[in-house]
Amino acid sequence: MEKKIIESTKDLSQTVIELDNVNKWYGDFHVLKDINLKVGKGEIVVVAGPSGSGKSTMIRCINRLEEYQEGKISVDGITVNSDIKNLRQVRSKVDMVFQHFNLFPHLSVLDNLILAPMHVYGRSKKEAVETAMYYLNKVNIAEQANKYPNQLSGGQQQRVAIARALCKSPEIMLFDEPTSALDPEMIGEVLDVMISLAEEGKTMVCVTHEMGFARKVADRVIFMDAGQIVEENDPETFFHHPESDRLKLFLEQILDH
Amino acid sequence: MAVYQLKTAKEPPVKERGVIYWIRKNLLSSTTNILLTILSLYIIYIIVPPLIKWAFIDANFTGHAKSDCGGDGACWVFIREKLKMFIYGFFPEQQLWRANLTLFLGFVTIVIAVIEKVPKSIKIASIVILPIAAIVLLSGGIFGLEYIETNKWGGLLLTLVIATVGIVLSFPIGVLLAMGRQSKLPIIKTLSVSYIELIRGVPLITVLFMASVVLPLFFPEGMDFDKLVRALIGITLFQAAYVAENIRGGFQAIPKGQYEAADALGLTYGQKMRLIILPQAIKVAIPNLVGTFISLFKDTSLVMIIGLFDLLTMVKLTANDRDWLGFDTEGYVFVALIYWAFNFTMSRYSKHLEKKLDTNNRD
Amino acid sequence: MTLLRDEKVRGILYQIITIVGFVLLVLYIAHNTSQNIEARGIKSGFEFLNHSSGFDITESPIPYTTKSTHWEVFKVGLLNTLIISFWGVLLTTILGLIIGVARLSPNWIISRLAATYIETFRNIPVLLQILFWYNVVLAAMPSVRQSYSFFDSVFLNQRGVFLPKPIFQDGSLYIGLALIVAVVIGWFVHKWAKKQHLESGKNYPVFWINLAILILLPTIVYIVTGKPIDFDYPALKGFNFVGGKTYTPEFLALLFALVIYTATFIAEAIRSGIEAVNKGQKEAAKSLGLTKMQSLKLVVLPQAIRIAIPPIISQYLNLIKNSSLAAAIGYPELVTVFAGTSLNVTGQALEIIAITMGTYLLISLIVSLILNWFNKKMKIKER
Repeated sequence: MEKKIIESTKDLSQTVIELDNVNKWYGDFHVLKDINLKVGKGEIVVVAGPSGSGKSTMIRCINRLEEYQEGKISVDGITVNSDIKNLRQVRSKVDMVFQHFNLFPHLSVLDNLILAPMHVYGRSKKEAVETAMYYLNKVNIAEQANKYPNQLSGGQQQRVAIARALCKSPEIMLFDEPTSALDPEMIGEVLDVMISLAEEGKTMVCVTHEMGFARKVADRVIFMDAGQIVEENDPETFFHHPESDRLKLFLEQILDH
Repeated sequence: MAVYQLKTAKEPPVKERGVIYWIRKNLLSSTTNILLTILSLYIIYIIVPPLIKWAFIDANFTGHAKSDCGGDGACWVFIREKLKMFIYGFFPEQQLWRANLTLFLGFVTIVIAVIEKVPKSIKIASIVILPIAAIVLLSGGIFGLEYIETNKWGGLLLTLVIATVGIVLSFPIGVLLAMGRQSKLPIIKTLSVSYIELIRGVPLITVLFMASVVLPLFFPEGMDFDKLVRALIGITLFQAAYVAENIRGGFQAIPKGQYEAADALGLTYGQKMRLIILPQAIKVAIPNLVGTFISLFKDTSLVMIIGLFDLLTMVKLTANDRDWLGFDTEGYVFVALIYWAFNFTMSRYSKHLEKKLDTNNRD
Repeated sequence: MTLLRDEKVRGILYQIITIVGFVLLVLYIAHNTSQNIEARGIKSGFEFLNHSSGFDITESPIPYTTKSTHWEVFKVGLLNTLIISFWGVLLTTILGLIIGVARLSPNWIISRLAATYIETFRNIPVLLQILFWYNVVLAAMPSVRQSYSFFDSVFLNQRGVFLPKPIFQDGSLYIGLALIVAVVIGWFVHKWAKKQHLESGKNYPVFWINLAILILLPTIVYIVTGKPIDFDYPALKGFNFVGGKTYTPEFLALLFALVIYTATFIAEAIRSGIEAVNKGQKEAAKSLGLTKMQSLKLVVLPQAIRIAIPPIISQYLNLIKNSSLAAAIGYPELVTVFAGTSLNVTGQALEIIAITMGTYLLISLIVSLILNWFNKKMKIKER
């Protein structure tokens, strides 16, 4: 089945996500410290860093799964705050892929995919199913449409989760450690899907430990530690000429194995 | 290095199988074990033979009057003669078909609810329709049905009506309370928690007293409730708190990720609850809900204390019949058997559901 | 209008609506109630607590006459609730333990027997069981003159059970002291043995030593002080027994039914507690070389208790709440005498039901505080 997709064109000069001096605390614990970040249209940003560095928290602030206390985040010019209308708009533009897939186990794969288009965006069932099948084909899993999530392998579940996110045609995709919960032999199939998305020009912010992926497709790699951005650079410089000691240590630890 | 032939399975050695082996292993493996076996056999000996003698061998099954019962055995004639009382109470003889139809509808609903292939919407619809249909059928006053006062309802019929109406009405209230308890809004949360803990902290009997003597004071003069309605209000309010705790247990079984994924997709609070969280939470809670329903079923017997003629009350009423004095033992045993059969079936069903849920989650 | 779009503003709004609705409901109810009370000529307030009740109570642990006030009726009711609860909790624990352990026994017959007991009694309403004991079993007891007698000191008949009552004379205090001393010594023995075990690895039969101390010491004191404890034996005088300690059929029926019913749940809690301990734990204990008893004592039970105690405590609470079913047979506990008789006499339903509910709520609160304390203490340290 052919379907026209609006190919997003890469235009780094046009900012789609902006974090301006964002600060966040959990109680007394300062998790995000003066985060400043601009992501351009179609840009692929990979966020790396040790666990507890605040990288997941940061991207979860972008679609307001977490609230922040100071600063400002905007998506496509819309401020992410407690305003319900803004929130609805932001969430229609942004979707997220989680570490633990978070598919809805009581719904079949297909029902998982058509849920948001039908209930949030008011599409007809026929239209929603067509879109869903298109994306299931795209992640090579169309034959599993009527199965339930728990009947699939981890890799398959994560591909379904990506398809589910794509179904509402978001302009921006956030990936929160999408491969960390997978068995090693399944990481490849998920990364392949992510790479093909990147090549299509979707704006992506990925928190991941897959440095191969970062090298291959990232426009920019960001290193976070202790709640702040320590270093950012193009992949080449990031991996081969790290400046800060903390990044050097981090790279040694993850690349030595 | 060597290569081995595939071997066929053999039977275990003789001393490891058979009845004798089983008896030796399970009953006589040590001195303590032998003593325990003897003790158990003795307990069975002093209980079972006299019971069988009373209930069957010496019992009287035929006849129509007290004089037909003699000897030391049970007088089942009494139960047979009073069976209508036990099942329908004082329901008018000519209108019994209405009671029977109600019981039949109840049976159909149970069948629909238990069969897995029936779509959920039909299940829910039949469970909602049942109490309405039952009340219309039993009380009448419309569709040309003769009006029957609730004080004529009784026996097993009344017990089932109270239990069914109680669970169906308390369910939505319980779900709302559970959602309130999960709420981030402090006032709503506090109110829900207070209600749940208040009700769970007091005995049902005080709630029933409250419903029967205090509740009428709460409403304007002239608004008078039927005794049965008051009992139903009391039982529903009581049950709702327990249902809420079951549902809360279901909520707690749902990973945070489910809420986050629903949020990320852009669902509203209502959609998130209706489409994602509640279907899963209720499914997890069902075995415990059945358990709560069993408690409710047993608790319906308390309406006796506020003067309704439920199944248990029938023992007292029938045993006070001047022609049939002295058969309350048979009455209690018979009624106990009815309660037992219902509850035992439900608890088995709940265990079955629990097992199924367990295996589903392991897929 | 944009303000209304804000999540937080909406949250506050919802809460204001809830509060206003709640307050309006309460006001509406209060208004109706005050009008109804006036129209029906019922008194209100708590003044009635100081009025004399005018009725008698069959069993009272404190002095009570028809001239006593309703406040005293409340106290008698509460004390009787506590008395039945105390014995109920004690006996149901013992019976529940026995049944629970029997249920887990490798002996097939005894395990089936325990399972049958559990499945039978927990599926029959406790009210039915109370009535059965009261109207069938205890009513079938012989008349006073034909009482069953055990050693001429314990009597059983229609009017209940008659037991010898201990009378403490001068010097009984020393026996009490001896008992306390025995407990203290036992504690030190336990400490000492533990220390010995830590230092040299030696094991002592602490349990048996302590049991001996606990029995011997008070017995010796009892003999040395000239046997200061006497017993008042019940004796048949006229139409009834006089002296001794009497337990009425109401008390016994309620106690038996509550104990037998609740024990099924305790037994199940114990069983699921022990079964919930991971099989791997037992295997690990086995491979460490612990004996079966050691494995049970050091590995299985400490974990099983953590799981079993919370449901057991909530069963205790259920037993206390179920004791209110005494209303059906007239054992004079809180609901029977206060929410029943006092309410009928005074007609002040609102106040009396509120006090009764409040009392149970307080008991529940205390029990759940104990439960929380236990959970906190027992919680396995986790990251």
